[in-house]
Amino acid sequence: MLTNRARAALITMMHTVAIPPFELFYEEHRAEVMRLLRRRLGRERADDAFQETFLRALQAYARLDHGEHLRAWVLTIARNVAIDVVRRTRSTEEVVEPAGEDGLAAYDDLAPLTDGLPPKERAAVVLRYGYDLSYDQIAHALGSSADAARQATSTGVRRIRTRRIEQ
Amino acid sequence: MTVSPDLDRRFREAASSLGLVDLGYDVIDSPVGPLFVGVSTKGLAALSFHQQDDSDLERLASFAGPRVLRSPRAVDQVRRELDEYFARRRRIFDLSLDLRGLAPFTISVLDALGKVPFGETTTYGALAARVGRPRAARAVGTVMNRNRIPIVLPCHRVVGSTGALVGYGGGLDRKVALLELEGVLL
Repeated sequence: MLTNRARAALITMMHTVAIPPFELFYEEHRAEVMRLLRRRLGRERADDAFQETFLRALQAYARLDHGEHLRAWVLTIARNVAIDVVRRTRSTEEVVEPAGEDGLAAYDDLAPLTDGLPPKERAAVVLRYGYDLSYDQIAHALGSSADAARQATSTGVRRIRTRRIEQ
Repeated sequence: MTVSPDLDRRFREAASSLGLVDLGYDVIDSPVGPLFVGVSTKGLAALSFHQQDDSDLERLASFAGPRVLRSPRAVDQVRRELDEYFARRRRIFDLSLDLRGLAPFTISVLDALGKVPFGETTTYGALAARVGRPRAARAVGTVMNRNRIPIVLPCHRVVGSTGALVGYGGGLDRKVALLELEGVLL
């Protein structure tokens, strides 16, 4: 049995979803991003944070591998921007780590998919699809190059796919 | 929760001036109706008389990159040159063009088309001959019909061998209007 997060990660791995033109992505999510930022920062500080959120999204957009989970992705960026704003203004607001639906860490959540993979591939797949890290960030975490991180991730994903098809 | 027009405008301007846009577009006014203008990092990539929908934006993203964003600033130079053209103050456009994603034959035809001067006309057959395919007049017609950058690549200056206007992707009225503007039809 897979948890929802593991299932979602598997679906992402099995299908590459086209990335929509940024305009459509922006129009679809800007209202919700604004709501989140106003809730966290108030009306005054939300405007700057809004611009910052979508500029960060624009910067990362060219490096996306697929168009899955874009709503969750942009809301994560917005939360991070809000955290930065709060830090800058020296508030004492607490930063809460995101957890899976049942409180599992992504590593455990994805275990049914990644069990039995060589350690480096397993780590790369979990960081990519469980934590949504970029290949640069994965490379940093694993002490390798971004190319090697991409290679380890795709080899791991291929292994998982083959195993799922054989089952 | 709405985003104020002012904030929306500031975001689009910042995105464009920071160079974070693969293709910026806007709709501009002209004497022949609203024109959709798309400018990529390589140059003018699209100009259309028709309103563009989501799938048109996807087609632009397929060659220019996914960061397609409405951005008035990105089309400033094109807007200026088109305004000058329509005011009869410009005969030659000084714009780089983005022809990525087009077939080699299409590019060679558009290249020859770009050399047809302001105020003159040519025929489909003559254009075909100019690219070394004298029997391909019909194929040239198809390229004209699908021309991604009309006006600047002047397919309105191409007419039938009898001098009949034949057709135009933007409608014959517009072809007539552009030829009148250039003093061809009086």
